[in-house]
Amino acid sequence: MTVFGVPTQALFGQLLIGLINGAFYAMLSLGLSVIFGLLNIINFAHGALYMMGAFVAYFALQWAGLGYWASLVIAPLVVGLVGLVLERTMLKRLYHLDHLYGLLLTFGVALVIQGVFRNEFGSSGLPYVIPAQLQGGYNLGFMFLPVYRAWVIVFSLLICLTTWYVIERTRLGSYLRAATENPALVQAFGINVPRMITLTYGFGVALAALAGVLAAPIYQVNPLMGADLIIVVFAVVVIGGMGSIMGSIVTGFALGVVEGFTKVFYPEASNTVIFVIMAVVLLIRPAGLFGRTA
Amino acid sequence: MRIIRALTVLATLLAGVAVAHAQVSDGVIKIGVLNDQSSLYADLTGQGSVLAARMAVEDFGADKKGMKVEIIFADHQNKPDVGSQVARQWYDADKVDVIVDVPNSGVALAVNQITRDKGKAFLVSGAASSDLTGKACSPNTIHWTYDTWALANGTGNAIVKTGGDTWFFLTADYAFGHALERDVEAVVLKNGGKVLGKVRHPLNNQDFSSFLLQAQASKAKIIGLANAGGDTTNSIKQGAEFGIVRGGQNFAGLLVFITDVHALGLPTAQGLIFTETFYWDMNDRTRAFGKKFAERNRGIHPTMIHAGVYSSVLHYLKAVEALKSDDGTKIIAKMKEMPTDDPLFGKGTIRPDGRKIHPAYLFEVKKPSESKGAWDYYKTRTTIPAEQAFRPVDQGDCPLVKK
Repeated sequence: MTVFGVPTQALFGQLLIGLINGAFYAMLSLGLSVIFGLLNIINFAHGALYMMGAFVAYFALQWAGLGYWASLVIAPLVVGLVGLVLERTMLKRLYHLDHLYGLLLTFGVALVIQGVFRNEFGSSGLPYVIPAQLQGGYNLGFMFLPVYRAWVIVFSLLICLTTWYVIERTRLGSYLRAATENPALVQAFGINVPRMITLTYGFGVALAALAGVLAAPIYQVNPLMGADLIIVVFAVVVIGGMGSIMGSIVTGFALGVVEGFTKVFYPEASNTVIFVIMAVVLLIRPAGLFGRTA
Repeated sequence: MRIIRALTVLATLLAGVAVAHAQVSDGVIKIGVLNDQSSLYADLTGQGSVLAARMAVEDFGADKKGMKVEIIFADHQNKPDVGSQVARQWYDADKVDVIVDVPNSGVALAVNQITRDKGKAFLVSGAASSDLTGKACSPNTIHWTYDTWALANGTGNAIVKTGGDTWFFLTADYAFGHALERDVEAVVLKNGGKVLGKVRHPLNNQDFSSFLLQAQASKAKIIGLANAGGDTTNSIKQGAEFGIVRGGQNFAGLLVFITDVHALGLPTAQGLIFTETFYWDMNDRTRAFGKKFAERNRGIHPTMIHAGVYSSVLHYLKAVEALKSDDGTKIIAKMKEMPTDDPLFGKGTIRPDGRKIHPAYLFEVKKPSESKGAWDYYKTRTTIPAEQAFRPVDQGDCPLVKK
C-alpha cells in the first residue's frame, strides 16, 4: 500500500521520527510557555540555556567522570542556578516594562553565551556517546527504532505531563496561576511572590537544560545547537498560543510530525514548513491554537 | 579654507609620489578573508583561514621586503547576498586587492562574478564546486585546494571499484551539494554503478533521521553524503544510531575534514574513506606547519582549506613581488605563469582555466587503537598523482580554454 507514492510502512517510521523531534519542541516550548505565562518574559536565552545543559553533561563526563544519568540531574540544577542568577540580577528589573525589553535583554544574553562557548569550543561540536544501557535498537518491522530515541519520547512525555499536572492541578500550581493574575492579592495572602517567580524562571530554564542533556547523544554538543532550534521553538509557541501549557505540549509533538512528513514529501521545504503554518495560524487565530485572547 | 586647499594639494602630491614609487595601489596590499566565522563551517575555515593568511605573509617575509600587507576578514553567514555585499564594499570602498577562501559554493560563485566585473583577484580555497573552473571560470579566479570533481574522482572511484555499486545521495540543497552529487553520480554511472535515489536536505540541518530512514529503505549499499561540516558529522553520528552500518550499508563521506573527524571521535569515524589534498602529518614540512598552526589556533590542526589559504596567499605575494603590481587581472595571469612551490602542497602549476594542480590523497580514518592521540587520525590509502587528480582541462567547458 502506498500514500502519494510513499509506502505506508515508511510513513509509520516518519510518524515516529516526527514524534521524537516533537518531544524536543514540546519540552522547550513548555519551558518558554511557563516562563511567559508567569513572568511575561519572552525568554530568547532559552536556546542558549538548552545548549548549556548539553555542555554541562559534556563537562561532567570529561572532568568529573559523571555519566549520562547523573547529568540528567546535575545539568538542570546547574543551569537552573544560572537562571536564578539571571532572574535576580537582570530580569526582575524588567517586569513592569514592555515585553520588548525582556526580549532584547534575553536575546543579548543568548548572543553573549553562545559567543563565549563558540570562541572556546569552536563550531564543529564535541562528541557525546549514548549511555551503554540505551544503545542498540528495536526492529519494528517498518523501521529500526534506536532505544535512545524511544527513551527520549517516553521521558519527555513524562516530564511534560508532570509539569502540566503540577501547574494545572495542584495547590502549588494554583498559587502560581493566581500570582500571574493578581500578584498583589496573592502577596497579601502571605505568599512570597517574587521568590515564586524566581523559582519558576529557574524551573523553566532547568527544563531547557534537561532537553539539552537529552539532545547531547543525538546531536553533537555544539555551541550553536540552541540557536538553530530556538527560532523553530518560538514558532511552535506562537502556533500553540503564548502561555498555554497544554497547547505548547500538543503543538510541539504535532509540529514535529508535520515536519517529519514534509521531509518525505518535499524535503526542501522541511525547514520552512513550520513558519508557513505559523503565518497561517496568525492570520486565522492571532492568539494561537490554544491561546486565550487577552 | 586656505589650509584645507593646501592640505588637498599636499595630499594629491603625496598620493602621486606613492603611485610613482610602487605600482601597488595605495601602497598596501590588502587581503580580504571572506568565510563562515560563526556557523557550521567556522572551524574548518573561519579564523583558521585568517591565521593561515597571516602565517603566509609572515613566512613570505613581507616586512623585510618592505611590502605592506594588511589582512581583514568578514563573516558571509553562508548567504550569497551577504557575501556579495561584503565583496562589493571591500573592492569599492575598502581597497581590498584580493579575496581569499570563501567556503560555500553559492557565495563563491557570486564573489567570482563580482571579482571579474571589478578586475580584482579571487583565490578560492574553501568552496568546492567544480563550476568555478568549468562554465563559470574567470580570468580573475584561481581555484586552489580541491573541487567536487576531484572528490568524486578520488572517493567515488575507490568505492565503486571495491563493490559499492548502488548509491543513495543525501545532498545539501545548494550549489555545492548539487555540484558534488552531479560529479559523483557521473563517476558512479561511468563505472557501471547505479543511483537508487537521492534526497536534498536544507543547509545546516539538525536532525537527519527522516532522511536516513529513506536512505535505509532504498537498500543502496552506499549512502553518499554530498554535504559538509556539521551536516556530515550529524548524518554519520545519527546514522550510527539508526544502525545503518550494522545493517550492511556504508557511508561515503564525500567531503570530510579533519575537524569533522575530531568532532565525531574515532569510535564513530573509523574506517571512513575520503579524498583530501592535505593532511598535516605527511612530511616534516607539513608537520612543522601543523604544529605552528595548532599552537596559534586553540589546538585545532589545519584543514586542507587552511593549508590552501596559506599556499595561495604565499603564491600571490610572490607574484606581486615579481610583477611589482597588484592589478587583479595581471596578477592572476602572472600566478598562472609562475610554477607554484610551497611547504604544504610541494611543486605545482596553475592551468589556464584557473585550476591549481597538485596530488590528492585517499585517506582512511584510523581505528582508535591505531591512533597515538588527538589529531592523529588518517592513514593514506592511495596517492592520486597531480595529473589525474583533477578534471582534464578540456572537459570543463571553460570558455578560457582554447580547444
